[in-house]
Amino acid sequence: MTAASTPAVVREPDGGPVKSGPSRGVLARAAAGPKTAYLLYVAGKLGGAAVSLLAVLVTSFFLFRIIPGDPVKAMTRHRPVSPEQMAALRRQFGLDSPLWQQFTDYCGKALTGDLGVSYQFHAPVSQLIAERFPATLLLTGVAVVIYSALGLWLGTRSAWRHGQLGDKLNTGVALTLWSVPSFWLGLLLIIVFSVGMGPIPGLFPTGGMESGSETGFAHVLDVAHHMVLPVLTLVAVGYAQTLLVMRSSLLDEMGSDYLTTARAKGLRDALVRRKHAVPNALLPTVTMVFINLGHVAAGSILVESVFSWPGLGGLFYQAIPVPDLPLIQGLFVVFAGAMILMNLLADLLYPLLDPRVGR
Amino acid sequence: MTTSESTPPPETGSTPPPATGAAPQGKARSLTWERRRTSVARFWRQYRSHRAGLYGLGALLLIAAIALAAPLLVGSDVQNVTGAPGKALESPSSRFPLGTDQYGRSLFGLLLYGARISLSVGLMAAALSVAIGTLIGILAGHFGGWFATVVMRITDWFLVMPALVLAIVLATVLSQSVWTVVLAIGVTSWPTTARLVRAQTLAVESRPYIERAQALGGGHGHIMARHVLPNVMPLVLAQTTLLISSAILTEATLAFLGLGDPNVVSWGGMLQEARETGAVSSGHWWYLAPPGLAIAVVALAFTLCGRAVESVLNPKLGTSR
Amino acid sequence: MHAVRGVDLTLAAGQKLGVAGESGCGKSTLALALLRLLPASAHLSGEILLDGEDVLTMKWGRLRAVRWAGASIVFQGAMHSLNAVHRIGDQIAEPLLIHGRATPAAARKRTAALLEQVGLPAARADAYPHELSGGQRQRVMIAMSLACDPHLIVADEPTTALDVMIQAQILRLIEQLVADQNISLLMISHDLAVLADTCDRLAVMYAGRVVEEGPAAAVHTAAHHPYAQALSAAFPRIGDPASRRAPRGLPGDPPDPARLPTGCTFHPRCPVALASCTQDDQPLREAAPHHHAACVHVSPAIPQGVSAP
Repeated sequence: MTAASTPAVVREPDGGPVKSGPSRGVLARAAAGPKTAYLLYVAGKLGGAAVSLLAVLVTSFFLFRIIPGDPVKAMTRHRPVSPEQMAALRRQFGLDSPLWQQFTDYCGKALTGDLGVSYQFHAPVSQLIAERFPATLLLTGVAVVIYSALGLWLGTRSAWRHGQLGDKLNTGVALTLWSVPSFWLGLLLIIVFSVGMGPIPGLFPTGGMESGSETGFAHVLDVAHHMVLPVLTLVAVGYAQTLLVMRSSLLDEMGSDYLTTARAKGLRDALVRRKHAVPNALLPTVTMVFINLGHVAAGSILVESVFSWPGLGGLFYQAIPVPDLPLIQGLFVVFAGAMILMNLLADLLYPLLDPRVGR
Repeated sequence: MTTSESTPPPETGSTPPPATGAAPQGKARSLTWERRRTSVARFWRQYRSHRAGLYGLGALLLIAAIALAAPLLVGSDVQNVTGAPGKALESPSSRFPLGTDQYGRSLFGLLLYGARISLSVGLMAAALSVAIGTLIGILAGHFGGWFATVVMRITDWFLVMPALVLAIVLATVLSQSVWTVVLAIGVTSWPTTARLVRAQTLAVESRPYIERAQALGGGHGHIMARHVLPNVMPLVLAQTTLLISSAILTEATLAFLGLGDPNVVSWGGMLQEARETGAVSSGHWWYLAPPGLAIAVVALAFTLCGRAVESVLNPKLGTSR
Repeated sequence: MHAVRGVDLTLAAGQKLGVAGESGCGKSTLALALLRLLPASAHLSGEILLDGEDVLTMKWGRLRAVRWAGASIVFQGAMHSLNAVHRIGDQIAEPLLIHGRATPAAARKRTAALLEQVGLPAARADAYPHELSGGQRQRVMIAMSLACDPHLIVADEPTTALDVMIQAQILRLIEQLVADQNISLLMISHDLAVLADTCDRLAVMYAGRVVEEGPAAAVHTAAHHPYAQALSAAFPRIGDPASRRAPRGLPGDPPDPARLPTGCTFHPRCPVALASCTQDDQPLREAAPHHHAACVHVSPAIPQGVSAP
């Protein structure tokens, strides 16, 4: 039989793209062509991110200049300061000019990358951040890759065999580790594996990122050696969320008809899971992984302080007791910016995974 | 979290539309109470079938009892720095089961006392957060229009803020006290609740009896307080339980960073002191391990309870989580 | 609990059998049971012979080989039965590759041919399910079911979600394809008229059992079992004023499979039930040549013995 024998049925009255599933806004513009639709989608998301970033600047100004009443008093509350010194500090931070001018100055400078001068280190905040950034990127990057992979893998296994002993064990362990304060786990790991306890010798360094003497490949190994415990801490308290989200979104897919179709086609169970169920369940989880990336930068404050890791979190920790307000402010903007960036990346990546969005 | 937002929880159907019309007020009220009592009984029957939730509840009751009875159990002067009974940094002994801190106070007594501050700060912060979230969610869901658009935009924006960093910043710029900690946690963790409550409000308001109440002259306040609020309460309850555990963790974190109230003993504060007195490098695990374990147990207990409550109220999610 | 009980159906090569019944009477369970697609908690007894082989006792490897290649299924609701994140061409080609029927290149060609066979341009292979209309998706499902040249196609409510015009098109298409390729068809629907139009024989199911079975036209127009009568009356027939004047629905709902009534399971809703119906279950009796019904009113001597209410 050929197509010619059924020519009348080729066209159907409702041949256009169908709006189905959750309304995602973009579909309404699909008529403008798939390319244009995606560009509109990207433009919308970029615009949203820009507005969010601006809002972060406004908030940080509000938080640091207005809530404390007098920022200089807040900054110097732990030590005796003469009125002359306070006046000098006020001038230094531009607090003697009218509020609206302070605001425009601040935003203008922040947009050009000038986040002020650290009270404690007497160095530009942006320079301090740039110096410490790579260490945080390394630590959190490795941790996120490991715990996302672990969470996805265990979450998939758990959902596919849900209700069984392995699932209960998996979920139980994940929930328990999730409830553990990361800094406490880090301190315990140091006691057991760095200081050494009973028969266990000190296997890992107590802190820092490098011993300082090695070069070349030995240096890489040395950094890796220093990274083991902090990464372990971040992974232990972090993988639970990925696991739980993956588990519940896969469970939502489990009863789906397309899985019955796949089984009816004669696919083996593992293939049904890998090729059909997981790609659909991944959609909500991916957003989550990216948002985690943003969160983990903030979460690294504790782990970096416990392990004296020379990153942004460690810097933040050093700034708190002073309190070094310009530095805290700058780090706040950076951490919030990282979150916004990660959300943006998730939004831009999403259409590549789900053909229903943004095409 | 994302999943629970995308699926608005189904109506629990526990709260009936109030009786209107000719029925005497008192009779209608007793009828309402009767229905509430049966729905609470049904809730408890279903909750009982979640074993993990029962363990969590049991642990919580035990810890709450300990926290309340702490002054009776270990005496009320445990926190006193002057005239402490022991020497500084003693190892565990029969007199001090967990040793002493640098002032010679019994760590065991401090641990029991710490439960008071952890639980109360966790409860208050979660209550504040849920109150803000519920208020904003109901208002946005009820009024709709540009108001809702603006409010939900702000909510979304708060959702992508790093909550812990924001809480630390607030605790830094405000004066150090228990209330600062409550405020810092409360105002940074409400957006999830607001989103959930808004979705539920929209679902409730689409039911026919809301239209009837409006036709009978019910104002905005009446509808929100008498019709929407009772219907979102179960959801709010589940959300509160889940939020308490993260509030307790955040409280411990802030205290560990030295941002807690310096005048009260909390588990996070004990960990900070342990670290500062060199418990890590000298391997004094008995100083470090108990407070963290206590935090983990309380947080886990609240999480288990919250998940059980959630799955009772939302059976579809319940089996799937 | 028994969703389907004592169903005994045979289907000769090239024959078209329709299975009718209200939702919840076990039709879809039957379709899934055919290829052992029910969840692991489901217990099956008896035998399901496909070309003489018992599906129930097959090894897993053999079962996977039989799935789709021996018998394929057109599911109801193609929107959910197709995977939203894969292109439809890949989904059609998948069984070919799984069963080792074709190389990737040959599978692509075969997919294009299949799409044209069901009246879709071959270029649509690159589309995603959400880019197609409901009727087009159902065509994709049909193309997919033909991929491995099965001996049997099970069509489970293939047209339920579609509007009437497209329903007719899809039915004609199925009819034509199975006739051209001498494939047996097991079609499941709640719409007796649709089945009578397409199939050779009809079976009417109630509460997990076949209550009437016979030639399609006879079951549709001259049913013996009161349930089958009600079902055919529920859809007014064109050109039959009597049925339009009295479109009868049945009172009540199909029984809960976990709590089936005693005796004849239909008796609580039956307009012509006798006192004995609450006690005695009725086996299928011959009402006419090749026509059986499970009703106390049916006796071989008087084929039209049912007093129509």
